[in-house]
Amino acid sequence: MWSYILRRLLFGIPTLLGVTIIVFTLLHLAPGDPISSMLPADAPLEVVLMIKQQMGFDKPLPVQYWRWLTRVAHGDLGNSLATRRPVLNEIRAALGNTFLLAISAACIGFTMGVTLGTTAAFFQGRWLDKAVSAVAIAGVSLPHYWVAILLIIVFSVTLNWLPAMGMQETSGGSSLWTLLRHMILPSIALSLIPMGVITRMVRTSVLEVLQQDFVLTLRSKGLWARTVTRHVMKNAAPPVLTLMGLQFGYLLGGSVLVETVFSWPGSGFLLNLAIFQRDIPMLQGVILVLATFFVMLNLLVDIVHSCIDPRIRRT
Amino acid sequence: MSGSKVVQDMEQSTSLLSVKNLRKYFPVRGGLLHTVQAYVKAVDGVSFEVQHGEILGIVGESGCGKSTLARLIQCLIEPDAGEIRFAGQPAMPTSASAFKAFCRQVQMVFQDPYSSLNPRMNIEAAVAFNAIVHGNSRTTARNKAWEVLRKVGLRPEQFGRRYPHELSGGQRQRVNIARALVLDPTLVILDEPVSSLDKSVQAQVLNLLQTLKHDLGLTYVFISHDLHVIEYLSDRVLVMYLGQIMEMGSTEQVSTAPLHPYTQALFASTPSMNPDERLDRPPLMGDPPNPMHPPSGCRFRTRCPHAMEQCAATSPPLLQVGSTGQYVACYLYSDQTAPPGPPLHPLSSAGEEIYRMSQ
Amino acid sequence: MAESAIIHVTQELLEGPAGTPMSYWQLVWWRLRRDTVTLTAAAVILCIVLSALLAPSLAPHKPFEGSIRKRLAPIGTAGHLLGTDEQGRDMLSRLLFGGRLSLLAGVVPVCIALLAGSTLGIVAGFMGRGVNMLIMRSMDIFYAFPSVLLAIAISGALGAGVGNTIIALSIVFTPPITRIAESVTTQVRGWEFMEAARASGAGTGAIIRHHMIANVLAPIFVYASTLVSVSVILASGLSFLGLGASPPNPEWGLMLNTLRQSIYVNTWVPILPGMMIFLTSMAFNLLSDGLRDAMDVRL
Repeated sequence: MWSYILRRLLFGIPTLLGVTIIVFTLLHLAPGDPISSMLPADAPLEVVLMIKQQMGFDKPLPVQYWRWLTRVAHGDLGNSLATRRPVLNEIRAALGNTFLLAISAACIGFTMGVTLGTTAAFFQGRWLDKAVSAVAIAGVSLPHYWVAILLIIVFSVTLNWLPAMGMQETSGGSSLWTLLRHMILPSIALSLIPMGVITRMVRTSVLEVLQQDFVLTLRSKGLWARTVTRHVMKNAAPPVLTLMGLQFGYLLGGSVLVETVFSWPGSGFLLNLAIFQRDIPMLQGVILVLATFFVMLNLLVDIVHSCIDPRIRRT
Repeated sequence: MSGSKVVQDMEQSTSLLSVKNLRKYFPVRGGLLHTVQAYVKAVDGVSFEVQHGEILGIVGESGCGKSTLARLIQCLIEPDAGEIRFAGQPAMPTSASAFKAFCRQVQMVFQDPYSSLNPRMNIEAAVAFNAIVHGNSRTTARNKAWEVLRKVGLRPEQFGRRYPHELSGGQRQRVNIARALVLDPTLVILDEPVSSLDKSVQAQVLNLLQTLKHDLGLTYVFISHDLHVIEYLSDRVLVMYLGQIMEMGSTEQVSTAPLHPYTQALFASTPSMNPDERLDRPPLMGDPPNPMHPPSGCRFRTRCPHAMEQCAATSPPLLQVGSTGQYVACYLYSDQTAPPGPPLHPLSSAGEEIYRMSQ
Repeated sequence: MAESAIIHVTQELLEGPAGTPMSYWQLVWWRLRRDTVTLTAAAVILCIVLSALLAPSLAPHKPFEGSIRKRLAPIGTAGHLLGTDEQGRDMLSRLLFGGRLSLLAGVVPVCIALLAGSTLGIVAGFMGRGVNMLIMRSMDIFYAFPSVLLAIAISGALGAGVGNTIIALSIVFTPPITRIAESVTTQVRGWEFMEAARASGAGTGAIIRHHMIANVLAPIFVYASTLVSVSVILASGLSFLGLGASPPNPEWGLMLNTLRQSIYVNTWVPILPGMMIFLTSMAFNLLSDGLRDAMDVRL
């Protein structure tokens, strides 16, 4: 099993390298000079050339890539073109906020997903199953940014129970309670898609296990429902856990839209800002950090999966 | 394997199919860098002949290499060492057209009636495909398909347009047979054709096979793990164990007076309907050893009640016993203790390396 | 899956051994005909597509005209069945025309990805070994990004515009389709009838054409159809962020964004574009589910 883990880690390195290449290439493919966003349009040619040389934009692309990569490896993601502050610091703060959202959305989505999915599987064919399946499909088909707006309309505008924006009150109060109040709506909006996906997966997985012969054997032995349920859940767990890991990764990366609606100061918000300000270092930094997290998360999920599912023991 | 009397006998023969010192080793990869760690010696030095018009039965437990042998004879996979001759000519096809010509003569009926038919092709098309591949026009191919479907007992007007999922297991196997016969082959290899069928259906299909052989003048190589089926159908029997031949001879000889301890145990293992023939303990104990690390010398020695010291040293060669064409690979019947010499026939370079590694 | 098993048994009971046999596609159609939910979903999609195509004739007003005086009129105003947006343009017309861009940006990328992904995947699955490793490892690099992030990154790099959205989403959807195609091809390659086809002496081309393609395309197609609903949401999402269609073009996601500011004035009008995205996505989801159940092959 250790050789599997080692091999998986080994293969992770070229993937990461590939990620860096893509991030680098993407933003250099972008139309528009990165220079033009830094200097006014009528800057004299010598100034433009000087800045070019200073920032290293005149070297061939592979050289630029290498210099960028070495800097990144040392933790220097450059300075934001907009705020002149180090990119890494900004990302660190923002990422923490996104993590908050992602974790709470994951909790809501996963718990709901497992509960609904299991219920649907045990009541297969009856109206409860159909109702849950309908909810699951709706969860996957709903545009979460639209739901975010709906939630704001209902809970903020109409009922005025919960705040619509940001993480803290504008008056400066920042207690845990305030944080929670601000977190509820975005977490719910974000949790919809994972909930839908997990519900469907849990339902399929549990159903598959229920139909296997060993469950029939257990029940014919006269075992109580609770014992059978425990056995069933243990067997149905591995693919669901893998999926949960993946979904968490999507939550980290895909929170942009919800963060935009709620003006939540997370990495997605930062990304959005960076696109519009054409803040290349910030853009590169955010995408790189998020992608790296995702790769490592996938790695972890793979390793955990191979540990808990005895069928995948590699020699 | 060297010094095999079988091989020497084959020098002067006019058999339809002759196999000499056939070897196929499958590499097993593992570890950090996916390097080759061991070889599964699926077929390890097999030599035999098939005469025109006879049915050669090959019997053995799961994992003894029967299916690999079938695919080697059909030239679907390449051997690592050894030679196959068909009708006197070397059978290893060197080009696509040579392979095509070979397939006209030698066809195979596969084991699993469920996955051996394309689920998205109707019966007619599935059988006619073989004919189309060999240059027949669509109409000729369809006519041939209809003809051969009739021969196997499936009315083409009723079954032609059906899909595999609409047929029973026995019917699908008939389609399999029809597909193999549409090209008028000389030799048909049957890889456990009735193993997945119910007993009653098995009997029907076996009878069909006999009728077809008689009517069309076919030669069969019939592979099975079921002794009764082999006894029923074959003229000669070949007993395989872990990639090697243990015993070979006419069905009558082998079934009434088996010589090799393994064959004896196999025949004793089939349950009898006679309550007085109860056994005290099973004749064959334990599981077959791992094909990646077979026992040294005679492969059967770990389960053999008569194992001797020399059985662990070298593998016993396949030698004729008496003059009735029965061959056994067992030191109980030979007085030869000569050490093995070099192989009789040239090996491919890959085969040589593998042979060296296995010594 | 239980439902399909029941359908299969019922069919056998109805027809009996001497009944007219059905070809695979007839079987699929037979199953679909009995599936009310899927049929409804298909009907809904048809309506949406037709209304988008016939928008010029159906829309009561031009989508770009409007007067500020009439801005944010509520639903049910005279002359404006669904109200007006923040610039006084008729919502119904803009929704109808918006369907064009939204559907385009949703469906076209999946078609492109289907083509590209199937080819790559089938080649990888059939050739095996080196070619397989090369193709699949390259795809793995794209898998390192969450799809939303990748879509935004590519879109952000290329710039705004529906064309760029289509390119970005095609790139995002190609790796998953390649993966499925490769997996299915490898699986089918291992089935015995493929060996039997080789044993007939046929060349590689003939085998692929006659035996492999039909078996491989169906699962790939079913998977691709599940991606359409995601694509519609993503495409509109990109426009929502300002990366897709640009104003004043009507597009559902874009409309959602511009109307977002006005929820304090008129609560219900901003909901409409999102409702359309939801309906379309849900209908595609149900349709693809029904298709998957109908195309399930009994081996």
